[in-house]
Amino acid sequence: MSTLPPKIAEILDDLSFFTERDERIQALISLGQKFVAHVPDGEDPYPESRKVPGCESEVYAWVGLTESGGLDVKFAVRNPQGISAMALAEVLIQGLQGEKPTLAQDIPESLAIDLFGESLSMGKSLGLTNMIRLVRAEAAKLT
Amino acid sequence: MSTPIDERGYAHPGVLVSTEWVDAHRDSGQFILVESNEDPLLYPSGHIPGAYEIDWANDLNDPIVRDYVSGEAFAELMSKIGATPDSHIVLYGDRSNWWACYTLWVFHLFGHTNCSIMDGGRLKWVQEGREVTREKPVVLDSNYPIRERNDSEFRAFRDAVRAHAAEGGQLVDVRSPQEFTGEKLHMDGYPNEGALRGGHIPGAKNVPWAKAVDAETSEFLSADALRELYLQGQALDANRETVTYCRIGERSSHTWFALKFLLGFDKVKNYDGSWTEWGNSVGFPIEK
Repeated sequence: MSTLPPKIAEILDDLSFFTERDERIQALISLGQKFVAHVPDGEDPYPESRKVPGCESEVYAWVGLTESGGLDVKFAVRNPQGISAMALAEVLIQGLQGEKPTLAQDIPESLAIDLFGESLSMGKSLGLTNMIRLVRAEAAKLT
Repeated sequence: MSTPIDERGYAHPGVLVSTEWVDAHRDSGQFILVESNEDPLLYPSGHIPGAYEIDWANDLNDPIVRDYVSGEAFAELMSKIGATPDSHIVLYGDRSNWWACYTLWVFHLFGHTNCSIMDGGRLKWVQEGREVTREKPVVLDSNYPIRERNDSEFRAFRDAVRAHAAEGGQLVDVRSPQEFTGEKLHMDGYPNEGALRGGHIPGAKNVPWAKAVDAETSEFLSADALRELYLQGQALDANRETVTYCRIGERSSHTWFALKFLLGFDKVKNYDGSWTEWGNSVGFPIEK
């Protein structure tokens, strides 16, 4: 049984202190507001191959390696209303940036539900889960 | 520049209000603003001043039974937003008002029909640079009366839909063409959405819900364009009984709204059991 990447476990741990739904939502919004889009040079317009399937927030993801061999995770979120996608992107960046590519495989698909709760619509849940899947799949190619 | 709502030829133009109108009248006390979104972070990150949030999952759905909330729970919800049975409720939200239409449909089940949709929804309001706030309005207690839900006029159930389909009745499947044909049980990149079989209810016409809105502005198309889409395009008859459906009945409430209020379909119901029920039901026919 795998364990969560330490930085992601830390974020979930921090969120667990917010027992009120409103407080937790504000914390997630704060994460989303920290998100800064980074697009690799020469990738604008964004290639369709980078687009997260089924995600209404129009998320694009790039997963590569830094010069030191750690993961280099970048996202762009085209829909300005895609605040949940931005929050998840920030969590994935904080959790994986510079880490070993194998660590991405320890991110469970349930992370979206763990972060945002079970009342996510299926469409929203799928879009967010596909962000995780795409990062895991791209990271696996680097191992 | 958008065509004014009252010049678009709708059957019931009063069910749509513009962002300009809402902005000009939001302090008048003439209506109660309600935001309904798919994304639970949107409302708390900023909403129209004075708008209440109604969450489709937590506020409208029964937590135990696959059904909508009780009359008591609905009365409590409406009391919190300060509504009386006569209150004009203006709804808006994300995803081209998909969820706002769903909320409006549930309001109709409870007989609260004095509702409008803010055309273009949340995105249009934000793109126009209009004011938003994080400050929530005060929770009120207006003592809204308990009214039992009446599903008969606007809601369709599985066995009635089966009989309707068997008689060649009009059905509008608002899912993607790939889901409709059964080519896929789900969209690209999606896991199985909970149905054992892919396809559609026999005789259904496929008009994906989002075709009813302008992709750029999220505003509803004109009546002429909607007639082209549903009447000329799919040979639907506004005078016949019609059932809309999707996967769980939320996208199809958007189409239900367009058919009923914008095109004047008098006898249109939304089948909220939709494909997650039909596609899994033993002995129920499908087409691919």
